[in-house]
Amino acid sequence: MTHSTETVSSRTTPLRVVVDLNRCQGYAQCCYAAPGAFEVRGHEILFYDPAPPRARRGEIERAVQACPVCAISLQADSGETP
Amino acid sequence: MSAAADVGIVVVGASLAGLRGAEALRRNGYAGRLTLIGDEPHRPYDRPPLSKHVLSGELAPDSTELPLLVTLDADWRLGHAAVGLDRVARNIRLADGAVLAYEKLLIATGAQARPWPAASGGALANIFTLRGRDDAARLRAALARGPRRVLIVGAGLIGCEAASCCRALGLPVTLVDPNPTPLARSLGTWIGGVIAECLKDSGVAFHPGAQVLRFEGDASGRVVRADLADGRTIEADLVIVALGATRATDWLRDAGLMADAGGVTCDGACRAVASDGTATGDIYAAGDVARWPIALYGGRLFSVEHWGNAVAQGAHAARNMLAPADDQHSYDHLPAFWSSQFGINIKAVGLSEGADSVAIVQGSRASRRFLAVYGRAGRSIAAVSFDQARWLPAYAEAIMAGSPYPPIREASDQGLFVTTAPGFPPPRPAHRSDEARHG
Repeated sequence: MTHSTETVSSRTTPLRVVVDLNRCQGYAQCCYAAPGAFEVRGHEILFYDPAPPRARRGEIERAVQACPVCAISLQADSGETP
Repeated sequence: MSAAADVGIVVVGASLAGLRGAEALRRNGYAGRLTLIGDEPHRPYDRPPLSKHVLSGELAPDSTELPLLVTLDADWRLGHAAVGLDRVARNIRLADGAVLAYEKLLIATGAQARPWPAASGGALANIFTLRGRDDAARLRAALARGPRRVLIVGAGLIGCEAASCCRALGLPVTLVDPNPTPLARSLGTWIGGVIAECLKDSGVAFHPGAQVLRFEGDASGRVVRADLADGRTIEADLVIVALGATRATDWLRDAGLMADAGGVTCDGACRAVASDGTATGDIYAAGDVARWPIALYGGRLFSVEHWGNAVAQGAHAARNMLAPADDQHSYDHLPAFWSSQFGINIKAVGLSEGADSVAIVQGSRASRRFLAVYGRAGRSIAAVSFDQARWLPAYAEAIMAGSPYPPIREASDQGLFVTTAPGFPPPRPAHRSDEARHG
């Protein structure tokens, strides 16, 4: 695990997503952009998949763009992994 | 390249604060050597889902790895705990004996779950704490085996979130806490009473005002019951100990810093403070481990276990690490946290500790959808929303501005409201009193 550097290239490596839930205001635009990866439960609890499959990158990128408060972060494809 | 640039910056702690701090170093133009040290073998991962969707089985324990938002080009030392700091020689000793020199150091070692003492049954099998990914994986596996009854000790945010998950899984749950209601220390008993109703509705057996003395096991060393101080016993074959966390500062024992189980004391610019009271120029701290003065609360020192603080303080400390000594920006962060439990989204801003008043200023307690504001000596100091997050930013702004209590009156959508005593338990003794324990 130590000292290793590799690039995210494997097709099996999932995407990496995190949402700032302090910032999230429950606009739910992500749920329309990427249904299944984002979901509002109850009145305003956002549930999301932090590791969606790579095939969904387009949808997740649209969700990132659609968030009115820029609460969603997605790792870029070129990102290194420790 | 100078010798100093060759040594570079070392970040101890590879969780949220350390990662976002390292990213901010690169974003701010630092091109020198960067080393990240983490005691766990895992890449940085997100913790909030561990006590929610990982326990419920909806997310795998290893699914919450954090996205890396900047190319770090770092030397990662994962699975290597730091065990010592020599400020004079400017180096860090790792558990495997390696010694790493640093030019500047960011301490982001976080906190560790407060364990149940072994002398009163803490070593029995099926007693869990919940802090890291491995804890969550072990606890999830044990819950999936279908225990007859889960006992949760401590009705703070982690205890309540765990209770909510266990009930969603259909498991019988008993929850014990010394205070009159859940979340008493973070929200007070008046608001905590709302969660007490949720516990009741969801079928959790809640024992307020109760204290566990010890756990007893069977012949094979598995926990079978808890003995309470009032003489009662509770039969349970799985126990979750949710008694908060102590700051991971053991490795700083001989470092000559103001550091203890309550955190590493920092000045307003995130610089670690030496034992003699002077701020160091080359050591910074961020995240759960940092204890810093908040001007909004009279410069009192606080440490918090908040996701948003880890992100903001990591980045702020990184900025200051790269700036000259006469250009250190002060860290003006309004603490904030969220939780979800029993289907309710709870969000809070500010620190409610020491509040003398609370009032629901939007919505109603009966509907469990409301925004409450906490006041102290006529000033608004904190606010919490239950499924009413859209109001929170307006109140956060008022709290940051030090507005009178209550800050917003006679808005067209407000009803009449009355101020109540928030009902906070008496402060904890000595070193535990400066910890705000929120998820």
